[in-house]
Parts: sequence; structure tokens; C-alpha cells
Amino acid sequence: MSENGMFGSTRPKKARKDTADRTQLQTIVLRFSRHRPAMISLVLLVLIVLFAFVGPLFWIWDHTVYKEIPSNLPPGGDHPLGTSAAGNDVLGQLMRGAQQTLKVAFSVSLLSTFVGSLWGATAGYYGGRVDALMMRVVDIFLIVPLLVAAAAIAGNTGAGASWSAIALIIAIFSWATIARVVRGVVLSLREQEFVEAARASGASAPWIIFRHLLPNAAGPIIVAATLLVAVAILAEAGMSFLGLGIQLPDISLGQMIGSARTAVSTRPWLFYPPGVLLVLICLTINFIGDGLRDALDPRQTRVRR
Amino acid sequence: MTTEYMNEEHAAAATDDDVVLEVTDLSVTFPSDDGPLPAVREVSYRLRRGEALGIVGESGSGKSVTSMAIMGLLPRNARVEGSAKVLGQEILGLSDKEISKVRGQKIAMIFQDPLTSLNPVYTIGYQIAEAVLAHKKVSKQVAMARALELLEIVGIPSPDQRLKQYPHELSGGMRQRVVIAIAMANDPDVIIADEPTTALDVTVQAQVLDALQRARRETGAALVLITHDLGVVAGQVDRVGVMYAGRIVESGPVEEVFYRPRMPYALGLLGSLPRLDGDRSDRLTPILGTPPSLRDLPEGCGFAPRCPMARDLCHQEEPQLLLTLEGGDRGPAEAGDADGHTAACHFSGELTGVEASDLFQATSVDTEGVGSVAEVEAAESLIAEAREEYLEEARAEPETAPETAGSTEPEVLLSATDLVKHFPIRSQGLLRRKVGEVQAVSGVSLDLRERETLALVGESGCGKSTTARLLLNLIRLTSGELTYMGRPLHGLSDRRMRPLRKDLQLVFQDPFASLDPRMAVADIIGEPMRIHGSGHRDARKRVKELLELVGLNPEHGSRYPHEFSGGQRQRIGVARALSLNPRVLVLDEPVSALDVSIQAGVINLLEDLQDELGLSYLFVSHDLSVVKHIADRVSVMYLGKIVETATTEQLFRAPAHPYTQALISAIPLPDPIKERTRERIIVTGDIPSPANPPSGCRFRTRCPKFAGELSEAERTKCVEEPPELLDRGAGHRDACHYSQVVELI
Amino acid sequence: MLVYTMRRVLGALPVLVLASILTFVMIDVSGDPLADIRMQQPPPTEEVIQQAEERLYLDRSMPERYWLWMTGIGGNGDIGLLQGEFGPSTQGPQYEIGPAIVERLWTTLRLVGAAMIFALGLAIITGVISALRQYSKLDYTLTFIGFLALAMPTFWLAGIMQAGGVKFNQLVGDQVFATIGDGRFRAEGQPLGDQLLNAFAHMALPTIVLMLISFASWSRYQRTSMLEVMNSDYVRLARAKGLRNHVVIRRHALRTAMIPLTTVVAIGVSSVIDGAILTEYVFQWRGLGDFFITAVDNNDSYALMGWLLLSGVIVILANLVADLLYGVLDPRIRYE
Repeated sequence: MSENGMFGSTRPKKARKDTADRTQLQTIVLRFSRHRPAMISLVLLVLIVLFAFVGPLFWIWDHTVYKEIPSNLPPGGDHPLGTSAAGNDVLGQLMRGAQQTLKVAFSVSLLSTFVGSLWGATAGYYGGRVDALMMRVVDIFLIVPLLVAAAAIAGNTGAGASWSAIALIIAIFSWATIARVVRGVVLSLREQEFVEAARASGASAPWIIFRHLLPNAAGPIIVAATLLVAVAILAEAGMSFLGLGIQLPDISLGQMIGSARTAVSTRPWLFYPPGVLLVLICLTINFIGDGLRDALDPRQTRVRR
Repeated sequence: MTTEYMNEEHAAAATDDDVVLEVTDLSVTFPSDDGPLPAVREVSYRLRRGEALGIVGESGSGKSVTSMAIMGLLPRNARVEGSAKVLGQEILGLSDKEISKVRGQKIAMIFQDPLTSLNPVYTIGYQIAEAVLAHKKVSKQVAMARALELLEIVGIPSPDQRLKQYPHELSGGMRQRVVIAIAMANDPDVIIADEPTTALDVTVQAQVLDALQRARRETGAALVLITHDLGVVAGQVDRVGVMYAGRIVESGPVEEVFYRPRMPYALGLLGSLPRLDGDRSDRLTPILGTPPSLRDLPEGCGFAPRCPMARDLCHQEEPQLLLTLEGGDRGPAEAGDADGHTAACHFSGELTGVEASDLFQATSVDTEGVGSVAEVEAAESLIAEAREEYLEEARAEPETAPETAGSTEPEVLLSATDLVKHFPIRSQGLLRRKVGEVQAVSGVSLDLRERETLALVGESGCGKSTTARLLLNLIRLTSGELTYMGRPLHGLSDRRMRPLRKDLQLVFQDPFASLDPRMAVADIIGEPMRIHGSGHRDARKRVKELLELVGLNPEHGSRYPHEFSGGQRQRIGVARALSLNPRVLVLDEPVSALDVSIQAGVINLLEDLQDELGLSYLFVSHDLSVVKHIADRVSVMYLGKIVETATTEQLFRAPAHPYTQALISAIPLPDPIKERTRERIIVTGDIPSPANPPSGCRFRTRCPKFAGELSEAERTKCVEEPPELLDRGAGHRDACHYSQVVELI
Repeated sequence: MLVYTMRRVLGALPVLVLASILTFVMIDVSGDPLADIRMQQPPPTEEVIQQAEERLYLDRSMPERYWLWMTGIGGNGDIGLLQGEFGPSTQGPQYEIGPAIVERLWTTLRLVGAAMIFALGLAIITGVISALRQYSKLDYTLTFIGFLALAMPTFWLAGIMQAGGVKFNQLVGDQVFATIGDGRFRAEGQPLGDQLLNAFAHMALPTIVLMLISFASWSRYQRTSMLEVMNSDYVRLARAKGLRNHVVIRRHALRTAMIPLTTVVAIGVSSVIDGAILTEYVFQWRGLGDFFITAVDNNDSYALMGWLLLSGVIVILANLVADLLYGVLDPRIRYE
């Protein structure tokens, strides 16, 4: 229960000495840093990112097949995580796989957030028929199952050769979630008096959307974008697992699991590491998202249709 | 700090059968990230059978937390100490099973917001019957019959139908009466009403207070009435306790406290209140500073930092709540005197015969940001300079320099004729077909003259805010004409309207929603200038002047809105509106979200700005007391129409329209004797929906005249013919076929 | 209520039409159904390609083909959704898309339905417990489990469960869990008890896997919703009436807190379908997942379109049901 509700007061907590000197950013950082799981997750995620992007510079093997690598070695010795049947170093594969997975996921999130925010803010600001029409389009993208639709198109076009094409396809089916969140927030924001104040001073629609609505919706947007990273990772992994995502000779975590799925008990070192890494990435991102929500959006607004 | 002397006396009082609720040294502390928050500190009071006790205080004073603690309704993490006894039984710390037998049965509660107090998924009947069944082993039919009976008592029309309805089908006033019915279901000994009418309109407030009185008569329950409204307290209770920073700082019989306050805070509160029975020329006296943060309460008296008569002792030692004696001495309460006039002030004796204006200063500077009289004076000279500069600049711009010399009648700036605004009600589907319309404004005409304040008064849903926005061309007219200095405004495109927006500006109600929380104050105030293409550096300089002009520290421009308190934010809103040198300000309920002690300073500021800058105000408000204080002329609105227009003087002295009369008589006066003896004109029912207004005269469904005095033939005219707004002489116009002047104050 | 229902149903129609257009265009633009034929060695003659094009209506323009796909007017009788025909398949003239989809729909729906029901039940229970014991160890544990389930790739979990099932069977020395196939035909004609046992053996592991994804987010949602209601004025009033704590929770809090969940569950259907595809793939069920992958492998455009549209219809129907249910549960929505 918030302190505010407790007193039954219409007046939010007053800023006193202890908060007056802090900027908004500092307050947010402070609140985030108090969220212990989120802080631990942040450290872990940074380590994983380093592992994926900097790690390959320090490790002799990359993800491709080498004649020098004996097949099916269990972990230990020259190959700390073992080797595959074809002759890949699993550690090298893992670095590359994580790298591709992260690249796809972050691109999806950026792209979807950009399109979704603009779409949602426009619909929310204008309201009425414009809103009804624009949101109907969003509904359509929301009803198609993300993974399946993306997999169908990727499989059809053979886009798996490049990670950016995969990212684009996933983004096509995931911007709608962001649009919906932003539209919900903007719909309530635009009724706020400060928006009317800007209109009363003669501000134009783009002025209001870019200077008032989007900055104020930043909290929910950042949270949604963060959580979308996790969704995108699972979508890409699922596609690659089915063989419809990133294709050989390139590699991704989902694909590694896919090719090892018949070897769960015989060669567990092929099956478990990519899975654990996937879970770790998603878990950290979800916790960070949770921490961000607490820090940015203390009185969480839930969007209902 | 101790109140031991009270305890001894309570030992004797425990045998007193008359006492139904006895609270002793009740303290409530909430844990928080920044340490414990003492929300309530050592509150003690006694309530006798059938008695009514008022607890008044501003927001955050701990008045609601006290009652929640008594009911055991606080969240688990709250630490509650002390004792609360109902009929001699200790009720703090009881198990769920034991407290369930007390709640509802012996002590019942009414909450502030009727819109959220009832469960949306159960019928009214179910929820009342549930309260009966919780304590009595009766059949469901019997419980339902009791529910019906209760609805009748609280005055709900056609109660048998209401039983089957869901909460959302009832208006706020009706729902609050349902909550009262629930409270009286088991004939409790005590009813605690926590701001029961704050969320309601005044005419509905009168009905609900009436229902509350009936409930008391019916059940014989004692009442604890918690409110911030001094007027409500004055008319409803026998004794009153004033809370400040978690403590009771003054208590006693209501007349004593209102007529002879012995604590500077109570005196200050009364002085900062605009009064319906007051004089317009009286300046209001705001209290300096803000209530202390519970997190770091000052040593000594909690009010000392704001108190004009505070001395060293006040800053060192917290005064006890002691009996005040005639002649100014203070002494410990004797047994049996506990119901006397007590005050927690070291120097309460010096307050004998002192008026608020003797002690507090009538100033328009930001009283929340300063702490001493010297600071106020410094700030006042700053504000004066700023006004000079502002005037010079305004004069430098030729187009806004008004040439009024020579003309006797002030020029009409803004003129509206027959404004109509209908909002379509649309279906939820893709096509959004129009399925009806809300007639928010139906034919409003008014003129706003130079340098005058025209108030637009009415209850919620009467269309006053819509009218205000129509006047600024913020929403499109359905029909009607609107001119500014002779130029038509209706139908102008946004682009053509933009230059005119410089002259017409708006100040909002909610000081928290009207400032963009992500922008620094300087950017907020400078935004209108940037929209109108002013240079960055010019805007910078001007922002500082504007901050000074509204009495704020010019160095605070880089701060964010959340660092300011309510009244300060409202000043920022005024500064933003002034940034383009407007001639007309539309003020939409500018002070209704503020606590009274802060409201006074903002009202003073608005008055000063008008005097010195020659602004015209359109003042939209539901609060007749404020309107009486600030306006030159008043228009009263009801359901989208103006029903009466007159000068403030005429309107309050001799209101002609039955609705105006009802409105005026529904406003509680903060004066116990006047409030109990004045003549009342009570209206029944709720405001009809503007989607489906009554034919003829829109007020007839609630009109006491229509219901009581008129003949059948006369009524037919009311039903069939909408009355026009006609002049009854001297510019006093009303829209009633059978208007008749009544004197009410 | 009837008007409300009608309005909702009518409102869903334009979405359905737009969804069909989107599906059609996406699949049509993205793939070449003749890719396999063109790749054949030796290269096929022009005539063969032309024949295939005609059979698959690829000789017509895209708008024409969409119209044909929807109505079947002007086709060879093997196309037209409104006539119940899904269109010709690249997997040969004898492969009929419609019957193939319908046959597998039941298999998949069984899994989806079971998983959703269990997930919902578990989500409500854990969500309520979490809310009532807010900030307790139990709350934190449940929250962590929820986060873990959200982060878990379905197919990986399915793989682990499958391996675990095999291990378990070895340990017990009996075939408790069937880890491969949907087992629809194995128990036919057996006594009812055996049929149920067989169904359990095949369903248990996939259901658990599929359940976990949606359980986590629904449970979080139920927790938030419950907390909100517990702090509401009407729950406080219910306490002030003198109702016992458990009565207040059951009658006032739980009843109202469950309402918003209907919408969330309906929206979640599409991600359950996603999960079902992956789960079926791992456990090698012959459901819609298998159908889908075969269709992608064969560039079978009409099969893919039909599949996507079908899943769209399922989601729209679920939302429709949720909307109507919402109207029944919440009197505020129930307007004429």
C-alpha cells in the first residue's frame, strides 16, 4: 500500500530535503539499485555480453568445424565444454551462438519499440476513429502466434542466412505489443492537464507527442522494450530449434539445442550449456525489466482493453 | 510529551456507562525506506452515547489513520500502540474472530469515496443484507427486508428496485447513502464517518449529511466525523478536535473552538478560509510554511516553525494538551473536566480576543516556501519589483496596451452568444456510430469585460469546465458565436487561432497534473514562448521575472515540479499562463485542490495580479465561498444552462433562482450558531444526466418550488416551456418562470 | 446481453477479414511454392512448371488469388475457404489440406486445452497465495519460480522432461510415461481404464511443459490484481461490516480479482499455440506442429495460409469468449 493511499489524501507525498536535491535520474538509479535481483542480473548480463562479444577474441576456436578437433569429446582438457560430432568446439559455438542470439534480440527490441511507440502514441493522441482503425491493425498482428508466423516466413524465404533478416521478421510480429502499451499510456496521459496546457498555448500535435507524451511514456516503453528482448530471444531460439531460424554454418543457441536434442542423455554437454545460457539471459533480462518497472513506474499502470 | 494526568482520570471514567468509545494515547507508526513515520501520536478522546465529535485537520494530519487504527483496518506493517475501548472492551490487537464481532455490530465506518466503497460485482441488496447476516442469525429474506427498510431510512427513492441494482447504476450520493445504510444495519454504538461528503457536490452533500443525521437518530449511535471542511464540522457536531502533524492540538465544545480558538493553528485555519458570510474586502491570511514532514518532525511544538508567535520555548518543548482556563491560565484537566476546552500551546492564554488578521499576515507571496515574517517582507519587495518590470514590458508591446481612458463602461473582451456543445456518444465498434449525445452546454451567453472577474459556478457536470474550454476555442463549438475584442473566434483553424492564444490563457485545477513531470520548471513556464517562436535567451530571462512575479524564488527554475508543493505548483501554472502577456485568464477551479491554509495565498496572488496587471478573469468554481470572495459578477450554471447572473453583491444578498438559493443554503458556514439556525432550502435527488435533460426548465425535477409551491397550471409551464434568462433590473438576470428573491445569509 | 453478444461477434469480423489478408499477403510474398520443382535435377521442362503453376493458380494476379482463396469462385473446386476448401497443396494433388488440418486439430487442441486449464488453476492458487503473503519467503519463492518458468525455452524444457521421463521409466521398470507420439491409436478398442491410462501416459509430460509458460505470467497477473483488490475500499468496507477475513478474501477479493484474468488468458492463447508447436515437435506428436513443419519444408503456401488463419480464428474466438465472459462476470460491462 502506498503511503499516499494510506492517508486518504489527494496530495502526493511532498518532496522534502531528502529528495529535493536528487535529480529524477538519480532517484531512478537509486530505486533500481535497491532492487537486488535486478542489480545481480545486470552484472550477470554484462558478463554474458562480454562473453559473447569479447570472448571470441580470446579463444582459439570459433564456431566452425575444424579437422583438428576430434568429435564427441566430453568436456575437459583442450575443449572445456567438449566437442560436437561434426568437430566443433562447444565453447566457441556457445560464444558465437550467444552473440547471434543477442544481436537478433536487441535489434528486434529497438526496431519494434521505434515503430510501436510512434504507432501507439499517434493512435492514442488522436483517439476516436483514427485510434479504432490503428488499433485494429495492431489486433491483427497480436492474434497471429509470433513464433509460428515468423518461422513460416523465415522458412518460406530462407532468410536464415542472415541474422538481420531474422530480426526483421520477428520485429514485424512483435511491434504490436509495444504499440498497445504505449497507446494505453498515452490515452491516459492525453487527458492530463499539462497536455491541455500545451494545446492552450497553441502547440501542434507533433510538438505534444514528442515533447510531452513520449517522454512521459518513457517508463512503460523502456520496461516493455526490455521484456520484449526476452520474448525475442525465445522466439529466435524456437525458430532456430525448428530449423527455420539461423542456418548452418552460422549458429545460434536454439539451433545448438535443436541439433543436440536426440543426445540429451548420451552427450549432455551438447544439450545443457546452450539451454542454461538461454535461461540465464532471459532470466536476467526479466529481472532487469522488473527492477526498471519498480524504478520508473512505481504506480504501475495496467492496460486493459 | 506525556499525558499521564489523563490516565488517572480515565481510571475514574472507565466506570462511566455513558462512554461508548474511549481512545487513549493512540499512536501509529509506519515503517518506510527512510525510517519510521509517526503518523499519529498519542491521540486520546472520549465519546459519550449519542454524542457527535468532529475531527478536523488538513491532509496528512493523521485524522483518517486514527480511525483506521481503531477499526483495525491498517495494513499489517503499521505499528499501533495505545488503547481503544468500545463499551469498555479493548479492541486493539483483537484476533480476526473477535474483532469481526465488534466491527459493524458495535462500531461501523463510512468511507470517503462512495464510488469505490461498494463491490462492483454484487447488488446493493446483497451488500446490505451481508452486513446484517454477518451479525444476526436470520434468513436471507429477513435480511433483505431489513435492507429495504434501511434504504428507506436513508432516503433512497424506490428502494425495492435499488436492491436489485448494481453500484455503478447509482449516483455517488446514492451510493454514499447505501454505505450509511450498511453502517447502521446492526444499530452500532459508534459510527465513524471519514470525510463522508468530500467527494460529493454541495447539494448532494446536504442530502447525505441529512441521511447521516437520520441514521444517528434511528440507531442512537455516537458519531466521529472526520473532515477537512470546517463548515461541515460547525453544523454537525457537539465537540471538535483539531489535528495537526499527527496530534490533537486543540479540542473542546464546537462553539468554544470556533469562536475562541486557543491554538494559533486553529485561529490561522479560520482566518485563511474564504467565507460565505464574510466581506469581500477582507483579505485572507495564509499560514506560512507547510505542515512538517512526519519523517523529521521539529523538536518542540509541531506548529512552531509556522507560528507567528513562536518563541524559544516553542522550539524546545512540545506543549501538552491542557485545559484552557478563563483569564488565560492553563492547568491540568481535573476529573470531569475532560470535555472542556483544551489546547496544546504554551501561550494559549495570549490568544484571548485575538483575531486571525492580528496574528497572520495577508500576503500573496509563496507562503509555503518561506519560514519567517522577515522572509515574507523580502519576498514582497521582490514581487513588487517583478510586477513593475512586467508592466513595463507589457506596455512596450503596443498591441496589448489597452486604451480604456475616456470610456466609462469597461470594454467587453470576450463575448459568447448561445454557445452550444454536444458531445456525441459513440458505439465501441470500428464504425463508432453515434448513438446519442451529451448536451454539455446548451445555449450559454456571457460577456467578460476588461479588468473584471466573472465567476462561473455550478456543480459537477453542469458544463462549466466545458464552457471555459469553449471560450478558449480548445474544443469546437457545436453552434453559437464567440468573439474576442469583436473578432470572431469560432471556426478559426488551429493555425489562425495560434496568435490569439497569446491573449487568452488557462490555469488548471490540478496542480499535480497540469505540469509536465518530466520538464524543469523553467521549461514549463517558457514553453508557450517557445511555441510562439521566442528566442531562447529572452525566454530564460523572462522565466526568472515570471517566477518572481508569482512569488517564487527565481533561482528555482531548474527544479522539477515534484520538488514543489501544491500551492507552489499552482503558482507555476499561473506563471506559465502569464508568460505571453495575456489579457484574459480562464481559471478552472484554480484553488479547489489546495488545502485551505495554502489556498488563501493563491487567492491573494490572483487578486493582486489582477489589480496590478489589469487582467480579466473567468473564474470557474464549484465553491461559492471562494467565488464570493474573488468575483465581481457571478453566473450560476445548471445542466448546461445559465440560470442566474448578477453582481456578486446582488447574487448573495438576494438570490432569485431556486437553484441558486439551494446552492447557497447548502454551503456549510464555518460558524456553529449561524450554521444551525439559518434557513435552508433543500433540493432532492441527483443532477439528471446531460444526455437526457428534462424538458422545459431543466431544474424542475429537483426544484423545491416546483414540488411544493406551484399550482398544477404553473407546473405545466415549467414542464413545457424552457425559461429564458431575463433581466429583473440592474443587470440581475435569472431563468425561472416564478423567480422570487430570498434572503439567505 | 444478446445485443452485446451480437455486437461483439460483428466487431470480430473485420479483424478476421484483415487477418486473412495479412496472412495471405505475407505467405504469398515470402515464398515460392515451386522452389522445389525448379531445383529438381534434371531441370524440369517449361511445360511441367507451367502445369504446376496452373494447378496452384500461380498464373493469376495476387488480388485474384486472394479472392479465389476466400471464395473459390472461378477455381477448380479445390479452393475457396467459404466452401470449405483450403486450396491445392504442393505436396501433390492427392494431399488434401482441409482433412489433414482437421485431423490434427483435435490432437493439438487436446494438449492446448489441458495445459491451459491446469495453468489457470495453478496460476490462481499461487497468485492468491503470493498476494496474501506478500513479501514473505513463500511469495519470493513463487515469484522466482515464475520468473524461471518465463525464461525457460519450451523446447529445451521439453527435451529435459523427455529425458527425465525415460530415466523414470527405467528406474521404475515400467512404461509410466510415454515419451514419443500422441498415442491416439494405441489404446483404441481397449477398456476405458486403459484408454485413460494411455492418455495420461502420453499427455502428462507435454502438458506440464506447455503449462509452465503461461502459468508464470498469469500467476504474476493474478498476484497484482489480487493485491490491488485487497487494498481497495470495498474490501475495507467488507471488513468494516464485520465479515471474517476468509469470507472477505473469498467473497469480495477473489471474486473480483479473477475477472481481469479472463482477458489475459485469451490474449495468451496465441503464445500457448506457439508453445504447442514446439512441444509437439519434441514429443513427436502428429498434431498441427508436425503439419506446420511439413508445410514449411514443402513451401506449401495454401497449407501455411490455412494454418495461420486457423490459429487466428482460434485466438479471435478465445478473445470473443473472454469478452462475453467478462460481460457476465462484471455487471459494469453488461449494458444493453
